[in-house]
Amino acid sequence: MKSKLTMLTAAAVMAAGPALADLVFPSLSYRTGPYAANGIPFADGYEDYFTLVNQRDGGIGGVMAKVIECETGYNTEKGVECYESTKGEGALIYQPLSTGITYQLIPKVTADGIPLHTMGYGRTSAKNGKTFEWVFNYPANYWDGASIAVNHILDENGGDISGKKIALVYHNSAYGKEPIRTLEELSAKHGFDLTLLPVDHPGQEQKSQWLQIRRERPDYVVMWGWGVMNQVAIQEAANIRFPMENFIGVWWSGSENDVKPVGAAANGYKALNMHMPGADFPIYDDLKTYVYDAGLSSGAGDQAGTVLYNRGMYAAMLAVEAAKAAQEIHGTADITPAMMRDGMEALNITEEKMAELGLPNFGPTFSVSCENHGGDGLGIVQQWDAAAGKWNAITDYIQSDASVLDALIAEDSGAYAAENNIAERCN
Amino acid sequence: MFYREAGDFKTSYVNDSQTFPIQFDRWRYYAVLFVALGIVPFVINDYWASAVFVPFLIYSIAAIGLNILTGYCGQVSLGTGGFMAVGAYAVYKLMTAFPEVNIIFHVLGAGIITAGVGVLFGLPSLRIKGFYLAVATLAAQFFLVWLFNKVPWFYNYSASGQISAPERTLAGIALTGPEASATAKYLVCLGFVFVLAWLARNLTRGTVGRSWMAIRDMDIAAEIIGVNPLRAKLTAFAVSSFFIGIAGALFFAVYLGAVEVGEAFGINKSFLVLFMVIIGGLGSIFGSFAGAAFLVLLPVFLKNVLVGGLGWPTDLAAHLELMIVGGLIVFFLIAEPHGLAQLWRLAKEKLRLWPFPH
Repeated sequence: MKSKLTMLTAAAVMAAGPALADLVFPSLSYRTGPYAANGIPFADGYEDYFTLVNQRDGGIGGVMAKVIECETGYNTEKGVECYESTKGEGALIYQPLSTGITYQLIPKVTADGIPLHTMGYGRTSAKNGKTFEWVFNYPANYWDGASIAVNHILDENGGDISGKKIALVYHNSAYGKEPIRTLEELSAKHGFDLTLLPVDHPGQEQKSQWLQIRRERPDYVVMWGWGVMNQVAIQEAANIRFPMENFIGVWWSGSENDVKPVGAAANGYKALNMHMPGADFPIYDDLKTYVYDAGLSSGAGDQAGTVLYNRGMYAAMLAVEAAKAAQEIHGTADITPAMMRDGMEALNITEEKMAELGLPNFGPTFSVSCENHGGDGLGIVQQWDAAAGKWNAITDYIQSDASVLDALIAEDSGAYAAENNIAERCN
Repeated sequence: MFYREAGDFKTSYVNDSQTFPIQFDRWRYYAVLFVALGIVPFVINDYWASAVFVPFLIYSIAAIGLNILTGYCGQVSLGTGGFMAVGAYAVYKLMTAFPEVNIIFHVLGAGIITAGVGVLFGLPSLRIKGFYLAVATLAAQFFLVWLFNKVPWFYNYSASGQISAPERTLAGIALTGPEASATAKYLVCLGFVFVLAWLARNLTRGTVGRSWMAIRDMDIAAEIIGVNPLRAKLTAFAVSSFFIGIAGALFFAVYLGAVEVGEAFGINKSFLVLFMVIIGGLGSIFGSFAGAAFLVLLPVFLKNVLVGGLGWPTDLAAHLELMIVGGLIVFFLIAEPHGLAQLWRLAKEKLRLWPFPH
């Protein structure tokens, strides 16, 4: 029976092979499980942007882009299977949208020579390109997020938050633990009290954490949540009548799908973002003409304009721009993963470029270099308007506190380099 | 016709008590060994190793381990995930603390540490039975996961709480870490599976295994005929945890390379291994393999057929996969409540009479 299975599987795998010379962009997505509410819009946006590029521009530099989707369910074992099954097909870049899978893939992509882009998630110290040759996390990372949230709180309090109480409600995993180190440093620097409240996977059970918040009455609650945990946390906050404007989620806890189930009670909830929310960009006209009206939209096609759809699109846009840069550097349209990496390292996102792509003022301007794989660490704060049903950007781009973060990044990447005997690059 | 006892004369006690008394079974066993050792290592690639063979072999070890405890000794355990976590964290601490020692010894050491932890959590089994014991082992599951999340010493104070396996070699060939080749990973897992399955098979045929089964079938009667329940139950916990610890160590070091405890060793893992044992067949080594194969290979196979072969959307395929696997579990258990191993046993009974059934 096993040999029959073997043969059938082999046949199935071979039948799935792509036509040669496509630029392959695997999408390790999750449209099922407790994180699907956030996984679906991202995957839709990611794929739709590539469809747009293929339909409107005839591919990237004349070569069609091909998206191979693989369902991970936010599960690391399936993530490994997805990685192994797609890497043989010429995958140019991986964006797993999961910190757990990222940790798994960092050594693997480094050995296989395939770039990994973890936009605003993954291993923060991958910002240090001297150690992490194949890993990128521009335009911002978790520690930037933690620092931006604290800076926003500082702004609201006239620059003095000593003695204030801030609680961190976090997903009890590598993802949620990432900001703790930074927040501890910032708490020492600014003199606020930090309370840590872990929530276990998948996050539906948060009664005790919110009971504690109700008892201790922190001035601010910062959340590192994902998937179903977000909706539950916002609902619980509404139940204990926690003032929503003092409740700030990271950029992974600020999509429409997180606040809508709570209804009017979610009004005023804040979240960070690394790009602008909303569908008010010229690119949506192109998307409508070439993708939606042509019946080519990914998934159910009902996620356009949501925050995470925009982020998926942004991730795809950055990948396409890096591929274009790679084509320019190497003078060939048919790029390899190694060329793609060079393109990513030479990526320069300017205001003109974004406007030209139909995304004026969509994200921060930044450029990637050999030393800096993480961008400049800029983010906005957005607030949910429940009556209008939309997110509004309420601040300009806030800069993270590099004086605290740079030392932490150097320390963590140094430890990784020592563990794995990695010599510094870029010298 | 071919599958029969007749004509295969045993002339010594050793021959008479061998594992496979029927000649055809022996050939089949050698054929499987030949394919596993002589053919697969030469054709295996990264995908086949990481998606199919390595997880199958590792889950087989875990399933054999749980089968010893639940199938042979009758002690229901829901703590498998927690014990696998002990194995994983033990091997991680050993690997990082003694980098000069060979990884094989670390894996064995992780098994021994897990055996100790298993005995500790097995102590309540002397007083409580059945569902109550299941709840006690469930407590072990949650306690161990909580412990590895809570105490930073276990993950060497890393910022994310993740543990990742550094590269370790055997005779110059990398077995863990990203440079490990598919063949090396496969062979090291196969080696452990071979030795452990052989050990389990012989343990369960001997005095120890018989005392386990006596306890399983009726503990009071077993005690009256002179089986020491303390010893039988605790050895079952120790041996079972040893196996599960090795499975956890390989799962972390060889298969995944980096894990976080809540996600990789949560309660779902305990249930997965328990389902493998139930579907495969309680009290059968073959059943452990069959159950592991069923639950590891079927989802991968279905995914490749539905998404790769038929080009269906991935979410539809993922949902259908759950329904099909669930449906097949129900079907198999209705058709044969004693699992795949019993189907295999019946097939062998029929083969003995074929082609002249009475």
